[in-house]
Amino acid sequence: MDFERFIFYFFAAVLVFAAGRVITVRNPVHAALHLVLAFFTCAALWLLLEAEFLAIALVLVYVGAVMVLFLFVVMMLDINVSPLREGFIRYLPVGLSVAALIVIEMFLVVRARNFGADAVAIPARHGADYSNTRELGSVLYTDYVYPFEIAAVILLVAIIAAIVLTMRRRPGTKHQNPVDQVAVKSSDRVRLVKMKAEERQ
Amino acid sequence: MVEFWELIREPVFIVLKIVAIVAPLMLAVAYLTYAERKIIGYMQVRIGPNRVGPRGWLQPIADALKLLMKEIIVPSSANRFLFLIAPMLSIAPALAAWAVMPFTDTLVLADIDASLLYILALTSMGVYGVIIAGWATNSKYAFLGAMRSAAQIVAYEIAMGFALVGVLIAGGSLNLREIVLAQQGSLLHWFWLPLFPLFIIYFISGVAETNRAPFDVAEGESEIVAGFHVEYSGMAFAVFFLAEYANMILIAALAALMFLGGWLSPFEGTWFESWFTWVPGVFWLLAKTSLFLFFFLWLRATFPRYRYDQIMRLGWKVFIPITIVWLVVEGAAVMADIGPWFD
Repeated sequence: MDFERFIFYFFAAVLVFAAGRVITVRNPVHAALHLVLAFFTCAALWLLLEAEFLAIALVLVYVGAVMVLFLFVVMMLDINVSPLREGFIRYLPVGLSVAALIVIEMFLVVRARNFGADAVAIPARHGADYSNTRELGSVLYTDYVYPFEIAAVILLVAIIAAIVLTMRRRPGTKHQNPVDQVAVKSSDRVRLVKMKAEERQ
Repeated sequence: MVEFWELIREPVFIVLKIVAIVAPLMLAVAYLTYAERKIIGYMQVRIGPNRVGPRGWLQPIADALKLLMKEIIVPSSANRFLFLIAPMLSIAPALAAWAVMPFTDTLVLADIDASLLYILALTSMGVYGVIIAGWATNSKYAFLGAMRSAAQIVAYEIAMGFALVGVLIAGGSLNLREIVLAQQGSLLHWFWLPLFPLFIIYFISGVAETNRAPFDVAEGESEIVAGFHVEYSGMAFAVFFLAEYANMILIAALAALMFLGGWLSPFEGTWFESWFTWVPGVFWLLAKTSLFLFFFLWLRATFPRYRYDQIMRLGWKVFIPITIVWLVVEGAAVMADIGPWFD
């Protein structure tokens, strides 16, 4: 077994373990932390595929920002696990049928005939001067420019929708106006009064 | 025997190079704490530490020994595993980021293609140490500190990322070495001039990312005692401290590389350029880094702590719009081939 294969199996084992713990562990904070570990090992696996840009972007976006916000919310919730487990038997048939459906769908798409060693040629290793970032950029902005722009617009719509849905205008709340605060002069706040010294009693 | 040596030669050399980076870094961290106490002392018309060794030079050594000897206390209601792993999670990214730092044109441990992105990704992971420490401690003060830190870092990371986008447009590369080489010419060729707003925003965001004053609400002594590390003692506390100062040095070195021409001599392109050719490039890089580190300390001695809502307003409503506007300006400058930076 060469070193690269060893690295692959090591990270793959960690990834499977972490992904399993995400759904089996009881504490939601621990589950979120295992998800972080899963993302991180996944990025390491992508590095082996020479997808350096995507690997670092995964760490930057998902580990560095999304999961931080996730933890932020999960840590503030006080989730009591036992009510969540009520009705486990009742919902089991529905859950199992959904899971079975997903497994069948995945089997139809991701199977050896479509993705096996016969169907897809094993990609050759690129040279040291190959820049994954440059390749990705040039493909993204030439061949796939319209799908890329459409995806960007959809994201923008989602951002605006999220803001509109959560924005509440509450009348009567007090808040400062920073422009006014900065523009304040000492003469607006303190009045110096000249007066004669009083007689000593 | 020879074959065995051939096999382990490269790993051994890499480990030696790592030691050659980390050991001076740790020393720099130790003496940065000394410099901080001295400089802030003089700014406040005090003398600062002057008892241990001549002029207090051995003070950081004494501090480190004291912290090494102290007991590490784990609170009884804390999550023991996460409590102990949090300091490691905070120092590991702070040190790993140095792997791609170019000290001169040739002196770099790992000259990877996307080194700027790598550093951004690793510095964004440093927040986990803070969050996990705050949560695992199981104390209100620590938890408040962690929550503040998380919100602050997410807010300022966006502005920081946009500032870096400006740098990589101007440098035409994600590789730090090539970004520095793109600034060759003279002091006016450096990117601080065409990217001035991004330069300022990058540095201020860097101060916020490292939780330094005036953005140190995560520690906030007057409100939440010491924030996320309130229950840490001994070496566990020292590791948080090391990570914070290593991050400060990292931000300062990055600012020097990306906006002040890194190891390039400031006298390039002037008539007395040849007088300074004997100065090694590392010296210029360290001098510029020290300048930014001085700004860190100067800010701490000068400004009162920001209020939390003001921090959020500055990050989201001021910095991010400015960076986006300047990216548009820069794009126009690139299209118009405005020299000497964008031609």
